[in-house]
Amino acid sequence: MLASLRAGWSRVPPLLKIAIIAGLIIILPPVESFVGELLSEALGVNISLITQVNRALIFVVLALGLNIVVGFAGLLDLGYAAFFAIGAYAFGILTWPGPNIDLGTSFFIAILIAAAVAALFGMIVGAPTLRLRGDYLAIVTLAFGEIIPTLVRNLDEVTIRIGSWTIVEDLNLTNGNQAMNPLGKPDFSFVEQVFRLEQDRLSVGVNPVFWYYVIVVMVIFVLFAARRLENSRVGRAWRAIREDETAAGFMGVNVVNAKLLAFAIGASFSGLAGAVFASMLGLIEPGAFRFQTSIFLLIIVIISGLGSIYGVLIGGLLISLFDGVVIGQILPAAFRANSEIQSSIQSLRWLFFGLGLVAFMLFRPQGLFPLEGRGRKVPPQIAPAPENQPVTEAV
Amino acid sequence: MSDVLLQAKGISKAFGGLMAVDTLDYTLERNSIASIIGPNGAGKTTFFNLVTGYYKPTTGTITYDGRQIGGLKPHTLTRIGIGRTFQTIRLFGNMTALENVQLGMHYRLKAGFVGAILRPPRVRQEEAEAEAEARALLEYVGMKGYEDAMARNLPYGYQRRLEIARGLAIRPKLLLLDEPTAGMNPNETQEMTSFIRRLPQERDVTILLIEHDMQVVMGISNKVTVLDYGKKIAEGLPAEVQKDTRVIEAYLGRRAVEALKHG
Amino acid sequence: MLRPYNDTFEIGFLKSGTGAGTFAPSSASTPGIRYCMDIDQQIFVQTLIIGLTTGGYLALIALGYTMVYGVIELINFAHGDIFALGFFVSLVLFGALNPPSPMTGAWLIVALPAVILLTMLITGLVNVTIERVAYRPLRNAPRLAPLITAVGVSFALQALYAVWQSPSTVAYPNYLPREDLLESVFGLDFRILSFTTKELFLFAIAIPLMVALTLFVDRTKIGKAMRACAQDREAAAMVGINVDRIIALTFFIGGALAGTAGAVWGLYLNSGRFTMGFEAGLFAFTSAVLGGVGNIRGAVLGAFIIGMTQALSDRYIGGEWTRIVIFGLLILLLVFRPSGILGSTQSIEKV
Repeated sequence: MLASLRAGWSRVPPLLKIAIIAGLIIILPPVESFVGELLSEALGVNISLITQVNRALIFVVLALGLNIVVGFAGLLDLGYAAFFAIGAYAFGILTWPGPNIDLGTSFFIAILIAAAVAALFGMIVGAPTLRLRGDYLAIVTLAFGEIIPTLVRNLDEVTIRIGSWTIVEDLNLTNGNQAMNPLGKPDFSFVEQVFRLEQDRLSVGVNPVFWYYVIVVMVIFVLFAARRLENSRVGRAWRAIREDETAAGFMGVNVVNAKLLAFAIGASFSGLAGAVFASMLGLIEPGAFRFQTSIFLLIIVIISGLGSIYGVLIGGLLISLFDGVVIGQILPAAFRANSEIQSSIQSLRWLFFGLGLVAFMLFRPQGLFPLEGRGRKVPPQIAPAPENQPVTEAV
Repeated sequence: MSDVLLQAKGISKAFGGLMAVDTLDYTLERNSIASIIGPNGAGKTTFFNLVTGYYKPTTGTITYDGRQIGGLKPHTLTRIGIGRTFQTIRLFGNMTALENVQLGMHYRLKAGFVGAILRPPRVRQEEAEAEAEARALLEYVGMKGYEDAMARNLPYGYQRRLEIARGLAIRPKLLLLDEPTAGMNPNETQEMTSFIRRLPQERDVTILLIEHDMQVVMGISNKVTVLDYGKKIAEGLPAEVQKDTRVIEAYLGRRAVEALKHG
Repeated sequence: MLRPYNDTFEIGFLKSGTGAGTFAPSSASTPGIRYCMDIDQQIFVQTLIIGLTTGGYLALIALGYTMVYGVIELINFAHGDIFALGFFVSLVLFGALNPPSPMTGAWLIVALPAVILLTMLITGLVNVTIERVAYRPLRNAPRLAPLITAVGVSFALQALYAVWQSPSTVAYPNYLPREDLLESVFGLDFRILSFTTKELFLFAIAIPLMVALTLFVDRTKIGKAMRACAQDREAAAMVGINVDRIIALTFFIGGALAGTAGAVWGLYLNSGRFTMGFEAGLFAFTSAVLGGVGNIRGAVLGAFIIGMTQALSDRYIGGEWTRIVIFGLLILLLVFRPSGILGSTQSIEKV
């Protein structure tokens, strides 16, 4: 069934495709509100779908980045959330009006810097470790993923002294265990001026619908970049490394550099998502970035289909929405009378995902929307060559 | 430009106490086809691995095109024109035939990740040319029409051809083929042999072959070298080597030699 | 550290005061030499003792990691959660027996070993089952597949503990008698420093197990088979070793040891959480790498070093930084000396 859907979709002319997708994107918020209200009435609890969709889209960006690292290049990264945290905190440091430092960077510049900082950390982590074997690399990334939040928690009193010079004293970079807020928001005043709209008409604030559009733009950009990378010289090198690293080396690929690039680009996607997420929430705190997030992303990538961009897009949306809406809101609301079941739901969620991961690895490792059969042309005559066919035209 | 493309002098590779290759001297002339034969475990693939940079020589030197290459990494050696295929096929299974061949061109292409994302005209042209060249190579090895097939779905004979196409995509000066006709029936072997024979002239490449099939070896080699226990035990024209008693002994054992003498 | 106290005229037992401990002869008539340690010294020694006890249970967990990695080259991510299983299982078993806390006499001699042995059995079997169900089918898959599966198992187990027991901290009753041996045997009463029967118990369990395992692997026929499998599985199969069974045995032993560590932790520290396996697991894995992956003695050595490091860091640098120190150490090890102190049986770098 999936194959015929795919086949049908590929027959639609490109302009129409864009129109359909644009249409879906635009009508989504009102549809969400409507469905949200229905659910709220049915369950008697306030259910907000729009914020969940925003959250799901952020996860999609993260998953697309992880897909580059794990899906394209075949590097198991168990600490991917660390780059998310780095991006978020870089954004925070750049835009937080804190007691000691107030850089007040503009939103757009800040998110780009945050992505770059994350990429830089990706290279710092990757440079010494990417030559390790796959499972050891996984542990190293895990360790790194644990170090970052702890580090962040302790950067609220930074004091650097060299010899007798005090460079910084008691600098509060990250507000330690407490949340950093408020944070920078996108400022569209220039757009307002160009189109002569009233001031603050396009101010985003905390309006989830506006954030939805901002995030959608980010998703589109990231999708575009991922697709382009996949079908490029760089993407081929990554996939070759995933398939057979040694053979790739024999074919002239500088494997270490290619892995480093995958790591850095994946990290930059994560950092970008982290920065936007921080801005959207208006605050960040260390508890938000944990090992569970890294594993949740890994689960998304594997269940969706390792290496498949659209698979990760669709699977990421479905899984995140399922997690956020069904497990996060509907079930607790349905069982709100029973507080025992309520607290179990959170734990059962991980039981469900853990077992799901095991099940997929055992029975369907290629994921729900695998790479193969992406409408690739398969020549009609795939059969062993007839006995007498010459290897090439006779000279 | 001298006639000698590859020269190994006193090359050895030891693994612990085992000498996989033992003080080997080897010379290979440009645009020739040479074969290395010997019983299993004689050190043939180890020699390939030394030439292609997978192993570092324990002693001795290897000179390629006038340049010392002992200890250089595989991807560096590829970039100066050494290509290879493998004893067990090592294609990139979940990539198409076309992509496999294009991978061989990796080091020659220039596009980086920025170019990949933005795709300026220069990159677009490079990709178009690469695709055209890859298609041409696939046609050259007789796989026209199979460009978009996944490498792991290809029948065995085509996989072998694809490996060679990928090796040729490097535009090598030296191509090492490790048992290219393994697992093939006589017809396929015949085709492969004729195909290999044409490569030096049509592709301006020197071929070094590891083979077990004597028909192939005798049919196309300008020179045959026999290894046993890491040492060279015979070398020369195919006909000479075939009759060498040391060679027969290495393959069939001393009793066979006695039998031949007396029978 | 123990230095004579100048004022020699006081005879008798000084129990409190300046934090000094004194040693006095039982007879009140002879003057004694009093030794004392100030608070800082006591804290230091106590920290060392904590380091040793930490090393004790970390070693039991690390052994499992290193053995499993030796035979099937898998970092069993879920191994730490078997340690947690030991904690919870022993807790439930004790709960069923409902001994007094602290236990005395008959309880100590009968119930304690019984619970521990039963815990070992259960955790060992659970580990074997996990291997059979989740890892064996993937033995010929690309190496990362079973690792990812192990992550899934780990999460599932943790979730199970949260639902089965509690998502918050779980109290483990104080079943072990706590008698300060320094006091009762040596007559030293320090304010801070103590070496109690609880510490004694921990070492009494951990050390013989480590020794037994080493002897088992070195001297017995099955142990030799295990070592053969660790070196070269195919070759071992070819000489007639039932590799599947050896692997199952390895998992059983590893699981049993980890489970023991969990029970010991509970008896000694009296509390736990469903996430305890994660952190202890990583620390134990670091120990295994430090000592050399696949190397049994190395795992023990590494565990004691890490245990010491953890204790000293907790005390002198601050709990938060301990994780950074240990994980940083892990990263540095893998990057610069992946074969560990005593040498590894496996290759770490990409060839």
